[in-house]
Amino acid sequence: MNQLREYYERRELLSNLVLRELRSRYKRSALGWTWSLLNPLSSVLIYWVVFGVFLKVKAPIGDPSGQGNFVLFLLCALIPWNFFSNGVTQSIESLVVNAGLIRKVYFPRELLVASTIGGLLVTFLIELGVVITVLLIAGNMVLPWLPIVVLLVILQTLLVLGIGLLLSGANVYFRDVRHFVNLLMPMLFYSTPVVYPISYVPVNWQVAGRSIPLRSIYEMNPLVQLVSAYRALLYDLTFPSIGSLAYIAVWSIGLVLVGQFVFNRLDHRLAEEV
Amino acid sequence: MTAAVIVDHVSKRYRLYHERNQSLKASLLRGRRARYEDFMALDDVSFEIKEGTTFGLIGENGSGKSTMLKCMARILRPDGGSITTRGKVSALLELGAGFHPELSGRENVYLNGAILGLSRREIDALFDEIVDFSGIEQFIDAPVKNYSSGMYVRLGFAVAINVDPAVLLIDEVLAVGDQEFQNKCTDKINQFRSEGRTIVVVSHSLSSVGDLCDEAALIEHGHLVKVGPAAETIDHYLSEILSVDPATLGIARRSTGEIKLQGVELLSINGGAPDVVELGETVTFRFHYDVKESVESPVFGMSLTSSEGTLVTGTNSKEQGLSTKVSPGRGYVDLVVPRLLVAKGRYHVTGTIYDSTQKTPIHEVGNLHTFEVVEGALRTSGITSLGGVWRAGA
Repeated sequence: MNQLREYYERRELLSNLVLRELRSRYKRSALGWTWSLLNPLSSVLIYWVVFGVFLKVKAPIGDPSGQGNFVLFLLCALIPWNFFSNGVTQSIESLVVNAGLIRKVYFPRELLVASTIGGLLVTFLIELGVVITVLLIAGNMVLPWLPIVVLLVILQTLLVLGIGLLLSGANVYFRDVRHFVNLLMPMLFYSTPVVYPISYVPVNWQVAGRSIPLRSIYEMNPLVQLVSAYRALLYDLTFPSIGSLAYIAVWSIGLVLVGQFVFNRLDHRLAEEV
Repeated sequence: MTAAVIVDHVSKRYRLYHERNQSLKASLLRGRRARYEDFMALDDVSFEIKEGTTFGLIGENGSGKSTMLKCMARILRPDGGSITTRGKVSALLELGAGFHPELSGRENVYLNGAILGLSRREIDALFDEIVDFSGIEQFIDAPVKNYSSGMYVRLGFAVAINVDPAVLLIDEVLAVGDQEFQNKCTDKINQFRSEGRTIVVVSHSLSSVGDLCDEAALIEHGHLVKVGPAAETIDHYLSEILSVDPATLGIARRSTGEIKLQGVELLSINGGAPDVVELGETVTFRFHYDVKESVESPVFGMSLTSSEGTLVTGTNSKEQGLSTKVSPGRGYVDLVVPRLLVAKGRYHVTGTIYDSTQKTPIHEVGNLHTFEVVEGALRTSGITSLGGVWRAGA
């Protein structure tokens, strides 16, 4: 509760730090903010060519939208995934990058983690706006589902914040954390249905005569639920199951609580160790 | 009087790493984190700083005084005990610490102000004052990475000093910028004092602590050795730790309180710009003092130091047999210089009042006044002029 109040009291600082992120990100680059759209565009292009054209991954027909375009199928999951991936990797670095500030001025250090994620959230929302426009042009009437998309964005932001709080402090003490996460990220990417539909994952996997319920294990990953929920709302135009929304909410709120707890423990010696 | 800062049994431990290895592999192989030794930077320190006073923290390098200040600023957290502060605290530890090099001065003022706890509206209201104080109006929209280090520091100071703190923490940062800016800083700090704000200063310079502070604490190896009136604490530091007799030491700027130097006025006959004197001009140094208790024939002394810190000359009233009894109230003594013959440049005046034995300084103020000597009809090279006149031979 105290933490919430502190966030609220320093909201001006939070917005200033977010502005700093945004203003400085594309300073001195000729294309500026265009980059924030070029980056996802290039990855969409790559995944479309490799998975859609070469490997012939078929996008399932959206129910009830009737949509079958692989690029749209990809976009609905890839944009949220990018926010997750960039949010986690950059927030982990946020304390080390701002070491000078931590050693010389006092302010709640969580704000550095939060502002890094806040900056990326702004980019994510812009990209999401572009995706929604494209979907509308393609005939997907997503507007009625937007309130739930907003809820999903909030839950995802909390999820990223929780992981950021949990690991950014640890990264100050052990710089390996960052490398470890960089190693883990592609693994997570391919164990989340971004470039392929979830139906490609076998329900049961026969190994040495035994049957492993692979799909159930796979679906325990909150990111699978998250990406599927985005896809249900934007691509299929249907309500994701309440169960899966609740599952995401439990993970998000749980991670924020655990993350904040760990952060408070590590915050103690931060100015000396960073 | 209420306390602005209460330091209550504060301890701070640092870890001195034998092998600083910030990798998980190293830790796992060794079975634990890097080996370290605990080092007590502060050990059970308690004192109070009264509201509206100026407080000095003195001690040798590594004694823990800066750690103390950082604990007050909440940058470091004490391992034991607690520090309570009343009102907004602003720390001048490293000026412009929060600046982002790629952003403009304007954007950085807002950012830094927010870090120091100001709202957008408050910064809007203070913005002109901040820019005006920093004196860099022209460059305010340029990225700060293009600033000179002086400009950087000036803008940082301007923001930090304008956040309207109840408690201001200063860590020897004032020795920055040119003379003009330093004067501005000193004025601002004096204004703070007269407004009844609390100031905490960490300094190596005993003279500035003696000049500025009402009370001081001496910290040695993390322990509080003495806390009390600034003059007493400085004397204790000099005699007990540096093993010197304060009375024989020029830097023992102290005041026993009976009589205080208030300032110097420069009176020149030509009446040009204040504090600018022409080489060879007649000037009067008027020393104003304020007497609390009568002193029998005090000795007034003055010395001139060049801007490079060289002692140029010194004189005192006893050499010329001036003997007066001063009684409570304000008064002044004049030192009349018929022809001022020091080469052009800036000079600092140090004023001293001794008792009649000339052993104990009653009050001494370094850098009491600064003035400038310019060349006019008379010119010279080197550090002084003979004031002589050339005549042709027969």
